[in-house]
Amino acid sequence: MLRVYTFLFLAFLYAPIILLPIFAFNDGTVIAFPLDGFTTKWFAELARNAELHAALINSLMVASAASVLSVVLGLAAARANIRYRFPGKAAAMGLIMVPLVLPEIIVATSLVIVIVQVLGWPLSLWTIVAAHTLICTPFTIAILNASFQALDPSIEEAAIDLGETRASTFRLVTLPLVMPGIIAALLISFTISLDEFIIAFFLTGTETTLPVYIWSLLRFPRLIPVVMALGTILVVVSIMILTLAEWNRRRGLARAGAKDTGGFL
Amino acid sequence: MNQDTRRGAALIAPPLLYALALLAAPLLTVALFSFWTQDFLTIDRTLTLANYREALTDPIYRTILGRSIVIAGVVTLVTVALAFPVAYYVSFRVRPERKALWLFLITIPFWTSYLLRIFLWKVILGFNGVINATLTGIGVIDAPLTFILYNANAVVITLAHAFAPFAILPIFVALEKIDRSLLEAARDLGDGPITTFRRVTLPLAMPGVVAALLIVFIPTVGDYVTPAQVGGPGGLMIANLIQAQFGGLNNAPLGATLAILAMAVVAVIALGVAWLGRKVGGTR
Repeated sequence: MLRVYTFLFLAFLYAPIILLPIFAFNDGTVIAFPLDGFTTKWFAELARNAELHAALINSLMVASAASVLSVVLGLAAARANIRYRFPGKAAAMGLIMVPLVLPEIIVATSLVIVIVQVLGWPLSLWTIVAAHTLICTPFTIAILNASFQALDPSIEEAAIDLGETRASTFRLVTLPLVMPGIIAALLISFTISLDEFIIAFFLTGTETTLPVYIWSLLRFPRLIPVVMALGTILVVVSIMILTLAEWNRRRGLARAGAKDTGGFL
Repeated sequence: MNQDTRRGAALIAPPLLYALALLAAPLLTVALFSFWTQDFLTIDRTLTLANYREALTDPIYRTILGRSIVIAGVVTLVTVALAFPVAYYVSFRVRPERKALWLFLITIPFWTSYLLRIFLWKVILGFNGVINATLTGIGVIDAPLTFILYNANAVVITLAHAFAPFAILPIFVALEKIDRSLLEAARDLGDGPITTFRRVTLPLAMPGVVAALLIVFIPTVGDYVTPAQVGGPGGLMIANLIQAQFGGLNNAPLGATLAILAMAVVAVIALGVAWLGRKVGGTR
């Protein structure tokens, strides 16, 4: 019973995803049944669409910048949280983690008010990077907290006793040991930024990110099969990235000598 | 100040300043804006409750804010109720070495473009969509069903799908933490499987259930894309209204007021759920 239910639930989860390749290879502009025959022309059109390429490159740049920045901020916060005790720590960590429990529309609204109405700055890809860094940082902290928690402080003490400086200890001992956590945090924040729509929609200037561009396409039915082709490629790429992340996590666990408890994320 | 305090403070400073500048300060600005008014392009900076009065008395705003809470509440209950058996199956029935694979399978759909997933639900639920084409094809119905797209039902189905992994994961983590010998003890002491589940498993899983309720409820109240795509006029939610104030209607102060009201409602309900959860979970 439970088994049947779980498989039905998986079917529900995968129902929309399975349609992507079906309509990406369907020779018809209307996204409905019955199908019209096989074609790869939407992929060819995808390869020619310059606007889409520009949006994709923008998204990749925004996601790269936001993931690196949020991991740097996350490293500092997680290290401070696990390793040191200081007054006001709980309040500071609480504030930094707030974006995790705040609807994204609120973050978008508040930033657009400050940037446009108060400061009068122009919106650009950088404003999106700044906002994405804010919402990705709590996720990197959640992952890196676990990495620093698993780190035995006596290893660092041993390095310092053996004559390393604090900086070289961090570079030679700490960093390699938390590296799987850093990679996982980079991948998660990269994926979050790449897929984030509402904040980018509010903060976008003349250049748009991929989700904002897809949003504009959804109003033009003629281009929707091209979006399906793009979606198919994105699904394949995300499965590859996820497999990489999972492999990296297991490697990290094996290196730390921990048993696999089966927790993705 | 000792060395530990200094080092900890130096490390926490960059992320803290970042959050103060890009989160705390903007939120305070929104709060301030919500007491101002806008007439076309000029902003009147006298503090007034006019926006709050308008937001709380105008039937459109009241209806949509109320509807956002009801839809998000239904989505949350449906999602968590559907997710619990899945989390239970993976935690209690799947062999330990296969669990990672199962979680992997559950999370994959969640990592594919959010916008496209919602658009594809439109394809499934639409007038010529997958469900209607199948049902008319096999002769179950004569005319396409229309109650499944462009209304609140479509919003609930689509959001329940989008947030399923968010509900499954925390419940799974809570179930994994349950000491299996407690369940054996309950059985040895004469409890049947249903009593054991009700009196041992469920209370111990409560922290995960509460986390799942909050994780689903908070973002769904403020969801913009799903109501805009599949909601139709009767399924619009508060985020669509907030966006409209910044887009076409050009009334940022009223948008700020609606954002503050939405945030206040979310905070009150979230705290209430957390308190209830602690009460229920604490009776063990």
